[in-house]
Amino acid sequence: MIPACRLVDLPRGEAHRLPVDPPVSVFHTDDGELFAIDDTCTHQDASLADGWLEGCEVECPLHASKFDLRTGAVDAPPAKLPVRTHEVVVEDGMVYVRLSTEAPNLPPCVAARLAGGPA
Amino acid sequence: MVGASLAGLSAARSLRQRGYDGRLVVIGDEPHRPYDRPPLSKEFLAGTLGEADLALERDDEDLRAEWVLGVRATGLDLTGRTIRLADGRGMRADGVVIATGAAARTLPGSEGLAGVHVLRTLDDARALREELTRGGRLVVIGGGFIGAEVASTAYALGLDVTVVEAAPTPLAGPLGETMGRIVSALHADHGVRLLCGVGVKGLSGEHRVDAVLLEDGRSVPADLVVVGVGARPCVEWLEGSGVTLDNGVKCGSDGRTNVAGVVAVGDCANWYDPRTKGHRRVEHWTGALERPDTAVATLLAYGATQPGAPRPPYFWSDQYGVKIQFVGHAVGADSVTVEEGAADDRSFLAVYRRAGSPVAVLGMNQPRLFTRWRKQLSAAAA
Repeated sequence: MIPACRLVDLPRGEAHRLPVDPPVSVFHTDDGELFAIDDTCTHQDASLADGWLEGCEVECPLHASKFDLRTGAVDAPPAKLPVRTHEVVVEDGMVYVRLSTEAPNLPPCVAARLAGGPA
Repeated sequence: MVGASLAGLSAARSLRQRGYDGRLVVIGDEPHRPYDRPPLSKEFLAGTLGEADLALERDDEDLRAEWVLGVRATGLDLTGRTIRLADGRGMRADGVVIATGAAARTLPGSEGLAGVHVLRTLDDARALREELTRGGRLVVIGGGFIGAEVASTAYALGLDVTVVEAAPTPLAGPLGETMGRIVSALHADHGVRLLCGVGVKGLSGEHRVDAVLLEDGRSVPADLVVVGVGARPCVEWLEGSGVTLDNGVKCGSDGRTNVAGVVAVGDCANWYDPRTKGHRRVEHWTGALERPDTAVATLLAYGATQPGAPRPPYFWSDQYGVKIQFVGHAVGADSVTVEEGAADDRSFLAVYRRAGSPVAVLGMNQPRLFTRWRKQLSAAAA
């Protein structure tokens, strides 16, 4: 499990980005639930932590793709592939993330960069 | 569904999500399934995205729709509730969603001259991409968003680029004079020539364009010309049908037309905007994404809905590696102030106000802060 942040440092309506590779973000919804998903939009290189959090949905800050925080599913295009979800655990006021072992769905430009090709 | 691009697809999705279980026919004049247009002037033109990446439908998606593609609608007969198609067929419909979009305006007299392009469709982008790879001198006519994005992409591909804009300041319409000047300064930052306040008289060349002739007598040599002078709504097919046309299909704030059972969405639809108390035809991607759901709700409820106000219009542009985002209405603002960052750094957030209240926000390379403002502006508008 990776320590993310203290729960008190993550107010409702906010997100915290973990500098893992690829990055993961923890969202604290207005209803008080915690969810972790891949931070990079599957459409293009954008940080979902910078996006618009509403209910259990986050909207990409660039092109308005929407993802369901509970399942990672795409709720609105242009994204077509889901983001991975990760397990969130809170212990002694600390937020931890247990990373998914699935392969991430990274956007074409980021996938190319990670593979060592031209961005 | 007449129109098979983002607005038509969004309407089809919305119909199914809202429980419509009947027959659904989507008519499109292009031969392609719905594809994403914004990358056509950026990543697709640059060659970093392929055609498969542009598809808007998911692999696992089944809308149970009949796709009638590559055939244009030529008329709407309201008495028989029939859509006439260019191939002579007629389609009877209980409800009609008009989503026929807009077409690129062309330069009169440029027809038949090789090397002259517009950019609206996938086929336009394929043709332009093919020619851009040969390099040379590109003249972009029109300093709006399409023109600026093509200039930026062509610059990155190594072409010698000149942008010609008839107005004194590019983008002054959507962004206002001050911010239009700042955003269009991106061209000069990268050594792309920007000629403002001068109209185009015509093009020279026998079979292939060789220069753009300006109204002040100058001649700009060109191997390739892109005409980016806006788009006109594709509504000729509705003339005389009884559907009221006025800068596109004239609609209420929920997409309803003057005819029951007929709604209009996307670039061809001129919706009433309760915020500005006037009709406004919005050509933004996000409008084509979000508004069809409202229109479909109207259609399914036979007009008996009370829609919430649509979100303030939002669009983005990518130029020279800079993310430009804008939400709201610049027209009517009495002030605009940079509230974060600095214009000279090409990283800032500017807020437009009218009588002290925010009415629009512009961001350059500020997605996080911009999104907060967009959310705030939408909440204020709701």
